[in-house]
Formats: sequence, C-alpha cells, structure tokens
Amino acid sequence: MSTNTPTLKSLSAQLAAGECSSVELAQEYINKINKLNEVLGCFVTVEPELTLAQAKAADEQRRAGQAGVLTGVPFAHKDIFCARGWRTTCGSRMLENFISPYDAHVVERCRDAGLVMLGKTNMDEFAMGSSNETSYFGKVRNPWDLERVPGGSSGGSAAAVAARLAPAATGTDTGGSIRQPAALTGICGLKPTYGLVSRYGMIAFASSLDQAGPMAHTAEDLGLLMNVMAGFDARDSTSLERPAEDYLRHLGEGVQGLRIGLPKEFFAEGLSADVARSIEAAVAEYRRLGATVVDISLPNMALSVPVYYVLAPAEASSNLSRYDGVRYGHRAAEYRDLAEMYRRSRAEGFGAEVKRRILIGTYVLSHGYYDAYYIRAQKLRRLIARDFVEAFRECDVIMGPTAPGTAFRFGEKSGDPVQMYLSDIYTIAVNLAGLPGMSIPCGFDTQGLPVGLQIIGNYFDEARMLGVAHAFQQATDWHGRVPAGAAA
Amino acid sequence: MSLTLDDVQRAADLARIEIGEAEALVTLDQLTRVFAMIEQMQAVDVSGIEPMAHAQDLVLRLRPDAVTEADQRGAFQAVAPETEAGLYLVPKVIE
Repeated sequence: MSTNTPTLKSLSAQLAAGECSSVELAQEYINKINKLNEVLGCFVTVEPELTLAQAKAADEQRRAGQAGVLTGVPFAHKDIFCARGWRTTCGSRMLENFISPYDAHVVERCRDAGLVMLGKTNMDEFAMGSSNETSYFGKVRNPWDLERVPGGSSGGSAAAVAARLAPAATGTDTGGSIRQPAALTGICGLKPTYGLVSRYGMIAFASSLDQAGPMAHTAEDLGLLMNVMAGFDARDSTSLERPAEDYLRHLGEGVQGLRIGLPKEFFAEGLSADVARSIEAAVAEYRRLGATVVDISLPNMALSVPVYYVLAPAEASSNLSRYDGVRYGHRAAEYRDLAEMYRRSRAEGFGAEVKRRILIGTYVLSHGYYDAYYIRAQKLRRLIARDFVEAFRECDVIMGPTAPGTAFRFGEKSGDPVQMYLSDIYTIAVNLAGLPGMSIPCGFDTQGLPVGLQIIGNYFDEARMLGVAHAFQQATDWHGRVPAGAAA
Repeated sequence: MSLTLDDVQRAADLARIEIGEAEALVTLDQLTRVFAMIEQMQAVDVSGIEPMAHAQDLVLRLRPDAVTEADQRGAFQAVAPETEAGLYLVPKVIE
C-alpha cells in the first residue's frame, strides 16, 4: 500500500504512536474536504466545530489511557444515518432541514468506538439510484474521471474514500448500493448478511433488503469497521441475536483449497469485455494462490431485477408514507386543506425517481394487482434464494463482476429508468437472498476506470470472505491505486 | 399489461402525491417501460412456492409489556413544522 492511502489501521497506529493528535488529523481531513468538496460533491454536511470537538474528546481519552483501536480515527457517515444534532437529509429536499433528535444504532456504535465524524456524505435520494445523480444536493463526481458517476446510492461515501477525503465511510446496500459504487470508484465495500447490522435510525427504503455496511480501502479495514457496526440491537425487530465475533479472525489464512463458484449467468450477455477480462485475471490470481474454480449456475438470476423492482418500490411506498409534512420534514407553503397539504408536501419534497418508485409500489400493492405482482415476486424471491443455497453445496464462495461495466458518464442512463436498473444485475440477487456480498478492486478498463470483483458468501460467512479478499490484497495492489482527483 | 393515464393518477391519489398532467404523461411512459420489464416475472411457474418475506424466516420478537422509553416529546417536536401544547397542528379536517 502506498503512503497515499491512509487506512483505519495506519491512522490508528499513527495515533497510538503519538505521531499526531486526533485534532491534527481531523483538521487535515477538514482542509482536504474544503479543497475538493466543491468539485466532487461528496459531502452534504460538514460541521468542523462538531468534528473537532469529537477529536478533542478522543485525544483526552487517549491521554487518560482509555483509547481503543479506532479512537480518534476520522471517517464519514452516509447521510442516511440519523445523527443527533446533525442535519440528516437522505439526499432529499423532504429532509433538507431535518436536524435529527436521535442517533442511529450505527452512529452510536461508531461514536462509542471513538471514531471522529468528518461529515455526512451525499447519496441518491432515499437510497434510490445507482449513480448518485438523483440527490437533491447535486451529483457526486467520480475522482477517477470527473465527467463520470461514482455509482450509487452510496456515491458520496465511495467518492470520499476514493478521493482520500476519509479513510473509510459507512454505506447502505438495498440492491447493490455499497458494492456497485465501491466497484466504480476502486475501493472495497461489504454488505453484511441481512440482520447483522441494526437498521435503527437508518432511514428506511426497503426494510427487508436494506443493510448497512463499511466502505474502505482494504479488507482489513472493512473488518475493523464490521467489528464496530455489527451486533444485536433490540430496537430493530429484524436484528439477529448471535454470539459476538471478530471479523478479522480469518485474515492471513490464505486460500489453499478454497472452492470458488463462478455462476455462468454472471458471464453472459451484457457484461463488458474489459470487466470480464479483469475478473478472469482476478480468478486466475486466486488459482495461483491455491484456490480451485467450480462452474455453477444460478438459473433464476435473470428474474432478480424484475422481482426487485416490484418488492423494493412496494416496501418504499409503505416506508415513505410517513413523509406527510406533519411531524417532520418538508411541508408545503400553500394548501387549502389537509389532503392538499399531504399531496403538495410530498410532490414538492420528493424527486422524480423517488416518486416513480412510490407509484410503482403503490400500484403493485393495490387491489387487484397484489397477487399478480407482489406475492408472485415474493415467491420468485424464494426461488432465487434457493439457487444460492444449492450453489453453496458445490463451493465456498461465489465470485463474479460487481457491475456489468465501469463508471458511466452523467446522463448516460437517465433517459430510460430500466437501463439504470440493469446496473444492479449482479448485485440485486444477493439482497433478495439476504446473503453477504462484497466488492474489491481488481483492475482497470482500457480507459483507466476501476473494475470491482464481487465476492458472495454464505449466510454469516463475512469473516471468511474478508480473509479471501485479504489474500488477494496481499498478492496485488489494485486497492492501493490513487485517482488523479484525489486529495494530495 | 398496459398502463393508462388513469392508472397513474389513481396510484398518485393513493400515494397522496399531487401530479400534474404533463408530469403524469412522462411518468406514464417511464412506468410503462418498467412494467414491461417486470412482465418477465409472469413467465415462470410458481405453483407450490411459498412467498419469502425476508431472508431469515424470523418470528417477531416479543418483550414484556412494560414502559422502557423516556418521554422525549420536546426533542422530537422541536423538528415539527407546527406544534402547540404538545400537539401537532394540521389544517382543519372536520368543518
């Protein structure tokens, strides 16, 4: 790893060795953000005073001999996590001035670990998007090519990490929103098994699919953040009670004898030749490291996009019904009665993509269509999940491309919503099944744009996946490459 | 199946979102494309398959019926558009 890529690990070591204080470190990052954020658009909200106060508290903890591994290390939160006293917008006009009165579980855990919050990162509105073009607060630019998207919906977090404006960030993934932007910006991102990370205080999009996860430069850093983020929370009814685990425990074990499944459906029509080439090279590297490759099939995978675009909008239409201008969020200035207040507040507060998905969801849940669309999609979901269960009899992990192409230009996929939705073709099935999935950088296309390798594991197999990724990162240096648009 | 402008308007009514004619037309075109893609679902035989609500087939956790939360109304209402005496104010519904 070049010294141009500070990691949670390296910064932790610097702080422990007394090479710098948390306040100095935070100030350094604040300066970098001030320089680059206007161009890149990664951050929606920065509050230097609040950040420096956190850093000061961290320095005091260290002086008192109470510093933990991540005390005083700076990072960023996707603006989907409620943070007390901070503006939390979810990329939407609906929450433009919403100052959260409480902390999300993930925010509490990171704070208790001593991490210092640099700000709230930009995102597609209400997490609906694959390019960070739907944010009310403007687009995010890919540090590798400023005329291209960073991916989405966690585009701000991905670009911030890629541009070295934060060593790591939190993201959320409902249909690929951690993995796809990680792939398009050349960083690592992990979506954990559904239920491992509490969704309390994480603004809901599609409750049976949403999951928070870490985004960083290395598998090791993903593990460090997972150790902070994961864990039971009684306030999330879907949070799983499991014994605590150390997500770093399989790092360094190598991949001798690992069976890697390659689904033929991941290498069919629609995959760019450049991406295919990088993935094949990555798999070849794994063979060199001692793994074996097994051909597998996920026969119902093609259905995952239509299934998702029934289920996710349906759940979104329900979740977003809370935005009515009554208790929080945008309220229209002019209305004649309550009904008009609702209709205007929501028409004004939501952007076009969000409205589109609410309408789709409303339709598929409505009388006469519920069985044909929603229930049918839930049945197909079970078929898709079963395919993975079958596949994991033959292999230990599944690999393939994260996205069908590399970072595309602004506006390129905005004309036809279906074109944008197809960016998620390899990631969506993982959310439908509730499995863990990650993306790590594995090469570049002929235009110098990053390519991501997707690693999908069986339920609760995150630690092994991180070990598998770590082995690749010991042998290669894709994850250490720095974009031209990065902070100096 | 083909959507009509009426379908769009009906969904907008159910979703309590005001949508003008011009916007409805654009939305109709986009939704038609999305529903054409969703139609692929109809080709598959799903007889005998149980719907899957989410990954882990969890049973909803229960807890004792005891008060555990503190009153935070002040904090939560600080972000509301209009309140009075602890109530949220909205336009009159009943004449």
